Amino acid sequence: MPATTPPLAPARDELPPIVEMRGITVRFPGVLALDGVDFFLRPGEVHALMGENGAGKSTLIKALTGVYSIDAGTITIAGEERVFSSTADAQAAGISTVYQEVNLCPNLSVGENIMLGREVRRGGVIDWRATHAEAQKHLRALSLEIDPRSLLSAHPIAIQQVVAISRAMVLESKVLILDEPTSSLDRDEVDRLFAVVRDLRAAGVAILFVSHFIEQVYEISDRITVLRNGALVGEYRVEDLPRDALVTKMIGRELDDLEALSRTAHRQIDRSGVPVLRAEGIGRRGMLEPADLEVYPGEVVGLAGLLGSGRTELVRLLYGADRPDAGHVSVHGEQARITSPRHAIDHRISFSSEDRRAEGIVADLTVAENIVLGIQARRGWTRKIRKSEQDALVNEYIRALDVRPAAPDAVVANLSGGNQQKVLLARWLATAPELLVLDEPTRGIDVGAKADIQRKVSELSARGLAVVFISSELEEVLRLAQRIAVLRDRRKIGEVDSSEIDLDGLIDYLANEGKGDAA
Amino acid sequence: MTRIWKHRLFWPIASLLGLIVINSVARPQFLSITMRDGELYGALINILRNSAPLMLVALGMTIVIATRGIDLSVGAVMAVSGAVALTVIDNAADPDNLGTVLGAVGLAVLVSLALGAWNGFLVAVLGIQPIIATLVLMLAGRGVALLITGGFITTVNSAPFSYIASGYLTVLPFAFFISVAAITLIALVERRTALGVLTEAVGINPEASRLAGVRARGIIWGAYIVSGVLAGVAGVIYASNIRAADANAAGLFIELYAILAVVLGGTSLMGGKFSIAGTVVGVLIIQTLESTILFLGVPSAQSPVFFAIVVVIVVMLQSSRVRRGFARLARLRQRRAPDGGPPPDVDPDLEPKRTEVAA
Repeated sequence: MPATTPPLAPARDELPPIVEMRGITVRFPGVLALDGVDFFLRPGEVHALMGENGAGKSTLIKALTGVYSIDAGTITIAGEERVFSSTADAQAAGISTVYQEVNLCPNLSVGENIMLGREVRRGGVIDWRATHAEAQKHLRALSLEIDPRSLLSAHPIAIQQVVAISRAMVLESKVLILDEPTSSLDRDEVDRLFAVVRDLRAAGVAILFVSHFIEQVYEISDRITVLRNGALVGEYRVEDLPRDALVTKMIGRELDDLEALSRTAHRQIDRSGVPVLRAEGIGRRGMLEPADLEVYPGEVVGLAGLLGSGRTELVRLLYGADRPDAGHVSVHGEQARITSPRHAIDHRISFSSEDRRAEGIVADLTVAENIVLGIQARRGWTRKIRKSEQDALVNEYIRALDVRPAAPDAVVANLSGGNQQKVLLARWLATAPELLVLDEPTRGIDVGAKADIQRKVSELSARGLAVVFISSELEEVLRLAQRIAVLRDRRKIGEVDSSEIDLDGLIDYLANEGKGDAA
Repeated sequence: MTRIWKHRLFWPIASLLGLIVINSVARPQFLSITMRDGELYGALINILRNSAPLMLVALGMTIVIATRGIDLSVGAVMAVSGAVALTVIDNAADPDNLGTVLGAVGLAVLVSLALGAWNGFLVAVLGIQPIIATLVLMLAGRGVALLITGGFITTVNSAPFSYIASGYLTVLPFAFFISVAAITLIALVERRTALGVLTEAVGINPEASRLAGVRARGIIWGAYIVSGVLAGVAGVIYASNIRAADANAAGLFIELYAILAVVLGGTSLMGGKFSIAGTVVGVLIIQTLESTILFLGVPSAQSPVFFAIVVVIVVMLQSSRVRRGFARLARLRQRRAPDGGPPPDVDPDLEPKRTEVAA
């Protein structure tokens, strides 16, 4: 698709760009990921890069940071043409990145991660006390009060992300790339981050911001560049681009798609029969207080709660990913012992983890191999799925879920986050589950893919599939689920019927329900 | 056709051919194969024959490495296997009895299987890091072998046993057929069933595989058992070759050569995607290099250095980063030249290439 480059926003009192990318083209085997894209980033601006899944945002960033080398085009940093062959090159040129999924060393301490390569040295040896003190200073700049000597992996993803941002700041970069930095942060953390971003902007740092939260983009950005299908749509000043125009440019179709997705929430569920799954008092010390949950055929049960509320823990216990030490589970009315994922799968329960990269995709395998992995595991290694059967199945799901690129032999690591998520959904649907557990299936993916996944869930549940759906976005839970189980502080605090509650009511419930009684 | 050099086996095969060319230039009779009494002889035939133990061990190592593991105990297992086989034959009334030899080999392989199962138990069930788990047997195994032989180097004279390493089946050495059988069997089992892809999945992302319902424990355990069995057969071939069970020398450092063969063949030590064909080429490179050293008459004191230099060159040839560096150098030079024409394409060799190798 030829890039129709519109006239750039008129130059007002602006500085020349510190980053000039012209005609950037990146090819992967079988995929044209970027097609002659121009991108400019100026000092002292926050510039949002917007686009759907597979639009090329991540690829453009990786081209700029030396992760991918470009097949055509030029990158000019501060007036000098550069060829980056590694992230170290890019870092040396003053470009730092905080990636979508935390990219630090989990087995090092927070301080070591922040100060890696910039440790304070005294007489040639590292002064760890001073190094950690320095790390603490950088953490405090983000109002993060954690012990820099603690192990990074001991902290939740939200904290790790903030540590990653601290790390970028230690490098005193002139260009800071924030790739989905807020996807795991709560509102306070976002405010704190934005305060820091504004400070950096005032100090003349050029900031490239990628987020799927449109409100946040409008809150913080000065300029927006939109990509679609690997090509440039245009560069705009924020004030010249209303929200609906932005979304239309991003997805190339009308915004109503998401809205048109009727609230499946209002469908009546027959709860007189036997539930697909009934859990009584299921829990594990230190993870989750014993909780009950029932899911009926055709029902979508939402789990609402903040990060760390126990919503993920609950479904992991149900699936046998972690072993429960209390409670009973019955499937279709029959007692079931589920202590490993295998048992769950044998009971036709499927679970898609919130951590797509670590617990979902098998990065170096192809799309096709990833999709059939679930069925193949179920059949055992001796009964290999025939090539013809695999092709038919894979093509069917690629089409049904609109996986892009529609290439069964593409390595899944080369796909964008949303498309990887679709591949995972395909893997689980292919095993013909009777209960599908989705933990944050739409996190960090764009509007189009999100709508696709929501639509699919709604469609399947209408055909009788029981679904447990977890999302940090309460609107999404309200839109899909008929019943919502609410968790807080590793405890299930209650259930609400979603037709009887609105967003504000749900937030209120989540925050306050049961607080008075406890005393 | 321009893509042929992008195939993941291109550089390993090119290295192998390069070595053969160097050899045949240095001494043309390297390539000559003669027929004597209906049996083929020559340097190339020797390479095929002598590579059998390393071939078997490297095949097992490939599978173990694919699961993100490593098996350091293969040399020790070879020693134990040889000791078991020879002790049985030595104590038998008639060492030339075919049944005795078959029984001895069977028992040796069975013991090796048990040792592999022990490694697998430590790694897959107890969750001990593979390098440590197999180090235990690597250190203890030779002691066990010495215990079996009573501290001596047991030697035997047994025609059927000697046949394993030295005999000919029709025109080619019997040991070569053992190699071919092992390669075929492993390739068929890994690629015709789903074992290969499930092994790769476990190696690439163990947690995702577990959540997908893959029985990772069984797959990892099985890999160490296969490695043990293959090392056991290799130990039998080695013992047959020297007609003795030498607990200290049998399979010494073979784990390192096997790892080298696997890596030369393009399988990453990080686990995941593996190539049986690559390992076969890797083993042939090492064995050809060994005979090159003999052939060129490199003094034995210097041969390790020579070996190391060649290996470094081969490994660098295979490194896409080194090749990219050269490509960039070439491009820069062309740019500086006044009419250098268009710069050559940069090698976009930074994505994990997926070129399916039909083992």
